[in-house]
Amino acid sequence: MTENGIGAAVRRKEDYRFITGQGQYTDDINRPNQLYAHIIRSPLPHARIRGIELKAALDMPGVVAVLTGKDMVDDGIGGLPCGWGVNNKDGSPMTEPGHPPLAADTVRYVGDQVAVVLADKRSIARDAAELVDIDYEELPAAASLSAASAEAAPAVWEEAPDNVCFDWEIGDAAATDEAFASAAHVSSIDIVNSRLIPNAIEPRVAIGEYDSGRDEYTLYTTSQNPHVIRMLMGAFVLSIPEHKLRIIAPDVGGGFGSKICHYAEEAIVTWASKRVNRPVKWTADRSESFMSDAHGRDHISHAELALSKDGDFLGLRVRTKANLGAYLSTFGPAVPTYLYATLLAGTYKTPAIYCEVKGMFTHSVPVDSYRGAGRPEACYLLERLVDRAARETGIDPLEIRRRNFIPRDGFPYQTPVLLEYDSGDYHACLDKCLELADYKGFEKRRAESAERGKLRGVGLSTYIEACGIAPSNVAGALGARAGLYESGTIRVNPTGSVTVLTGSHSHGQGHETTFAQLVTEALGVDFDNIDVVHGDTGKIPFGMGTYGSRSLAVGGMALMAALEKIKTKSRKIAAHLLEASEDDVEFVDGQLRVAGTDRTVSFGDVALAAYVPHNYPLDVLEPGLDETAFYDPKNFTFPAGCHICEVEIDPDTGVVEIDRFTAADDFGRIINPMIVEGQVHGGLTQGIGQALYEQCVYDDSGQLLTGSYMDYCMPKADNLPNFEVTTNTTLCTHNVLGVKGCGEAGTIGSTPAVINAVVDALSELGVSDVPIPATPERVWDAIRTAAHNRAVSA
Amino acid sequence: MSITVSFTLNGEPVSAEVDNHTLLVEMIRDQLGRTGTHIGCDTSQCGACVIHVDGRSVKSCTMLAVQAEGAEVGTIEGVALNGKLHPMQEAFREYHGLQCGFCTPGMIMSALDLVQQNPDPSEQEIRQWLVGNLCRCTGYQNIVRAVRAGAQAMRS
Repeated sequence: MTENGIGAAVRRKEDYRFITGQGQYTDDINRPNQLYAHIIRSPLPHARIRGIELKAALDMPGVVAVLTGKDMVDDGIGGLPCGWGVNNKDGSPMTEPGHPPLAADTVRYVGDQVAVVLADKRSIARDAAELVDIDYEELPAAASLSAASAEAAPAVWEEAPDNVCFDWEIGDAAATDEAFASAAHVSSIDIVNSRLIPNAIEPRVAIGEYDSGRDEYTLYTTSQNPHVIRMLMGAFVLSIPEHKLRIIAPDVGGGFGSKICHYAEEAIVTWASKRVNRPVKWTADRSESFMSDAHGRDHISHAELALSKDGDFLGLRVRTKANLGAYLSTFGPAVPTYLYATLLAGTYKTPAIYCEVKGMFTHSVPVDSYRGAGRPEACYLLERLVDRAARETGIDPLEIRRRNFIPRDGFPYQTPVLLEYDSGDYHACLDKCLELADYKGFEKRRAESAERGKLRGVGLSTYIEACGIAPSNVAGALGARAGLYESGTIRVNPTGSVTVLTGSHSHGQGHETTFAQLVTEALGVDFDNIDVVHGDTGKIPFGMGTYGSRSLAVGGMALMAALEKIKTKSRKIAAHLLEASEDDVEFVDGQLRVAGTDRTVSFGDVALAAYVPHNYPLDVLEPGLDETAFYDPKNFTFPAGCHICEVEIDPDTGVVEIDRFTAADDFGRIINPMIVEGQVHGGLTQGIGQALYEQCVYDDSGQLLTGSYMDYCMPKADNLPNFEVTTNTTLCTHNVLGVKGCGEAGTIGSTPAVINAVVDALSELGVSDVPIPATPERVWDAIRTAAHNRAVSA
Repeated sequence: MSITVSFTLNGEPVSAEVDNHTLLVEMIRDQLGRTGTHIGCDTSQCGACVIHVDGRSVKSCTMLAVQAEGAEVGTIEGVALNGKLHPMQEAFREYHGLQCGFCTPGMIMSALDLVQQNPDPSEQEIRQWLVGNLCRCTGYQNIVRAVRAGAQAMRS
């Protein structure tokens, strides 16, 4: 390992600009002569637009234009595309309605875009919006899964009168039925996976700029995947060819999946900038974020597990309804299907699995990826169900898991739900987590808590996730409408410094550091002489962006392939300079050496020779040292691990306090352990947020009740413990570094660990389930209800 | 109505014409061009906009620009002196107390006020002090470690 190479906890390159206030986020960018856009949003969950009166707004000094959905229709603007198609059980395609960036005749959720005011100042745009008179004919609405599934529920779309977008299945129904027929015990559970709002602390921003002289557009936007936005917006919405459209996603203040989607505002400001021939800037305020950023989760499921008399899992049957919102977001249909039900095997060798998923339209914000995207929903369901089965059969929760784990020598393991796991050691993660958590000392701590009148519980979960999405041909067969490779360029400059261009995007993950570590390890170039460039389609040839913990496993591997090309060419150049055979030249500590001799040339001299080719094999080799590679992964990667949570509950108030939280994760090879640990901390916090604090709530009429930080409870510094985290490594078998990915793991495993601990603490009172989030009110209610039930039955 | 507001920003006199409803954070970002102070919410919860006014931390989205007339205002851009990082900034980098960096300026400004009032804060005191600063990336653990280390470095 070189000093700053693979495995070193290198301090981050990007930090200097952030800690000195010199980061450049999209809202920090202002373009000359720019206008400010204010988006007028529907205050109603469902209504027909009878008319829009603009005159008073247009008469206001400083207002330049007010544009509506009708203007977009007149300009031939297309709808926001959905990037993933899902088929029904009978093979027919899902119902796929249009998604106009500005609604022209009907609004379908509170926050749906209706018009945009463009003015010289933000305050004027906002004030003028108040003067736009929109005549709505209010229609009945159904924002929740239960309301949208009810008899005679109002339809979000005429083409889906029962609000079903798709009715999809996976697995072998007959084999699963057989497994249940032979079961000694069946455990079942009803699970509500609550709806969440991602809440990156940076609100979304978009600035459109049209250059009429060149007929070119630039969009500055808060995106995790600028090239994907260019493809979707250019090809499907605005009909702008790639070479005329540049997307810049500069420093981005957190994404968590919510900045993957192509949003209406991006298309609106880009389109409007040409209409008025001035740059147009839109900045969301937080209230807009709540009602327009894609939401996450929101499933209702019934799950059953068939067990043998010894506690072997025989079959798993799951029925899920997933809320897709009013429109299909970019990856909306993929999340509750291919990113969810394919993970239902978890870490277990359950031989038969069958799952049906109904994707439902509702009058709510479109639902899409939120950290983990489908995998937390699968893990939560499975690990709650396994815990329940352990309680019902009287088998220890550790024992029932160990008994059913895919064994160490069981890899590669083909699950009954499409995926083939390449590597893992679930026993080792569990054992390591138990030790670090001092699981043995739990009973003593429980007794101490009891002395103080508190209820202590311990809960564990094991998780698997599919990351590094994934072979393009497989994803295509499953409905993905894009490839899922990544590109990377290693540009060695004439003096030997290196510029790295990556199609991945960093919005907190530290790619500028991690990717530089790969380069310094491979080429021996000084860490300070490496810069990583991302987030600009004008600088980077191509990319598919950052989501699904794919940046290292896919983007990093593209860089590894480009580095290999650089090394090969460098050896050829060095062989010429050293008058040796190419096969004899090796890379050692930033030098190229004729093996077994002291004849060397520095990498810097090789670079210089490549660009100043006075002594160079020009007849057989082109000058220059700049290589690009595209990498398409052979499979998903499969990080896995174990989380153990200990809670203490005050039975008088229902307040749950997390006293200890331990995670043992298998991420494959780790490039920067400091960054990985930070990713785990953040992931755990978001999973704990879902378990105890966060929930998006619509009222029965379809109004969003949790529309600000006053109403939506974010995890804060004083309601979290210090996490104990460790890793246990098995290498991924199908990429050259053996890396798996770490971005989402914490979120996936932590929610069930917390709730299993809460249920454990309350089990002696007769409580068998607590919904998420387990707020004090709900916990208190569960305690009181159980006491009432005991009294009635006694 | 347009009003001229003058104050001292990071030691330098500044002045700008603002509307009577202009927020201090808007004046600092839009008119004075110091974009290190961020806006993450509209209800005074997130703390991305924390700055110092007359030596105390305040949420600059919760003050009108006109209220800062004559004040000593400090923002993240003024924390490092002559290119040398402040110990608190060093600590955030050393302890990986930031990821996307968006909440970081507010966190650092808030932490500096804490240490000014309490030079040796306990972990619990730090956690309680920071409830007005939201971070979505870090889970706070490394921020807390950074603030403790920064406080220690400031004492020595």
